Amino acid sequence: MALKGNLRDFTITQLLNLINLARKTGTLVIEGPGDTSRLMFREGKLSFAQFGQEDCSLAAILLRASKITQNQYRILRERTAQMSDKELGLLLINAGYLTQEDIISSLQQYFIDVVRRLFTWVEGFFRFDQDVFTLDGKITVKIDLENLIIEGSRQLREWEQLQEEIPSLDMALKFTDRPGTNLKNINLSIEEWRVVSYVSPKNTIAQIAKTVKMNDLEIRRVVYSLLQAGLVELVRPGGMPVATPARAFPTQNKDEQKSLVNRLISRIRSI
Amino acid sequence: MQTVKMVVTGPFNAGKTAFIQSISEINVVSTERKISSEAERVKNTTTVAMDFGRITVDEDLVLYLFGTPGQKRFDFMWEILSEGMLGFIVMVDSTRPETFREARSILETFRAYAPTPYVVAANKQDLPDAWELEDIRLALRLSEKTKLLPCVANKKDTVKAVLLELLYSILAEMEAGGK
Repeated sequence: MALKGNLRDFTITQLLNLINLARKTGTLVIEGPGDTSRLMFREGKLSFAQFGQEDCSLAAILLRASKITQNQYRILRERTAQMSDKELGLLLINAGYLTQEDIISSLQQYFIDVVRRLFTWVEGFFRFDQDVFTLDGKITVKIDLENLIIEGSRQLREWEQLQEEIPSLDMALKFTDRPGTNLKNINLSIEEWRVVSYVSPKNTIAQIAKTVKMNDLEIRRVVYSLLQAGLVELVRPGGMPVATPARAFPTQNKDEQKSLVNRLISRIRSI
Repeated sequence: MQTVKMVVTGPFNAGKTAFIQSISEINVVSTERKISSEAERVKNTTTVAMDFGRITVDEDLVLYLFGTPGQKRFDFMWEILSEGMLGFIVMVDSTRPETFREARSILETFRAYAPTPYVVAANKQDLPDAWELEDIRLALRLSEKTKLLPCVANKKDTVKAVLLELLYSILAEMEAGGK
C-alpha cells in the first residue's frame, strides 16, 4: 500500500518525520505547483534529492557550491558528457582537483537546500514508493533528518495549527526511547534547549512554559518542533496514572468492577 | 439496572456511526443532518450531537456506546460525552491522511479530559489506499504501548476486536492499579 496524500494536510516536515522514525527506504515523489521533485531515502536517511527539472548532475552541484568555475563547468560538460557522476567524481579526486570531502559536502549541501525549498510547498500531492531506488551512476550520501525536521517545524507559525497539534498544555513530555537519536547532534535553538532541560513526565507543558517564561504560542512552537523531530512524546503528567475513574462504574467495589468488565468481555465475545 | 458507557470519537467521516451500528442491538439513535460545508462534502450527512448504541450484557448491566460528532464546530460536546466513560476509541480513516492531524488533536484533547484507557482503530483497512498501520502509528505519534487496531467499521468481527482490546486494557489497568 503506497503512502500518498496531499501536502495541504500532511506537510513535508511530517513526511520527513515519518520516514525518519520508520527508517524507510524508497523515493518520495512530490508533485508541487508546476514541478515534480524527488527525494530518495535509505533507512530513514536522505541519500539523494532532485528539485523539479533542475540540473542535479555532479558538475552542476559543484558549480553551485563554487567548487568549480563556470568555465570549468562548461569544459566538464563537454568532455565528460558520457561519464556518470561516480566516474566524474573519481576523475576529479584522482586528478587532485577536489577531495572526496569537497564532493560529499557539496552534494549534502545541495540536497539539504532542495529540502529547504520544498518546505515552501504547501500545495501538491506526494507519494512514497517503497524500495524503488534506482540511481544509476549517481553519488548518494547519508543525511540525518532530525535537523531538517526541526528546521521545517520552526516554520509552522500559525496559531490555529499549533493549537490543533498541541491542544492541551496540561500534558507532560518525556524523551522518546528511540535508539539512534543523539540530542548532541541536533541543532537546537536556545529556546528549545531551555525547554528540553525541563522535559520530564512530572512537569506539564504549562509548568515548563511558566518556568522558562514563554507564552502559549512560544511554548507550543518549541514543543511542536521537538515532537516532530521525534525527540519527545506527549504523556499524561506523572501524578496522573491511566485509570478508569471510579464514577465510570456503578459500583465502588474493586472486585465488582472487575467482574463487571469481565461480563462485558464475555458478552462482546458472544455477539 | 447498571449502565456503563464507552465513547467512540474521531474526525469527520472516520466511521464512528458505522462502528456503533455494526455492534449495537438497537438501531443507532443518530442525530444526523445534511452537511452544509462544501469542504466536508465527502458524504451527505454527519452527526451533529451524538450517536447512541446499546449492548445489553445481562438483566442487570447495559453498555452504552456514544459516538461524538466529527465536525470540529461541535467539539463542545466532547467533554460532556466523555464524562464518566470507561474508556474511549479513537477512529481514524486510514485512507485520508488529511484527517490525521485532527485525529491527533482529538486524541490529545480526550487524553487531557480524562486519564482513561483508550485504543485507536484504523478504519477502512480493506481499501487499497489505506495507509499501513505502522505508518499511521507514526503519523499519529502513538507510542509503542498504544493499541492501534485494524478495523472495518461495517464488519462486526473487527468492531468486536476493537471493543475487546479496549476492555482488556481497562482490565489490565485495573489490575495494575490494584497492586
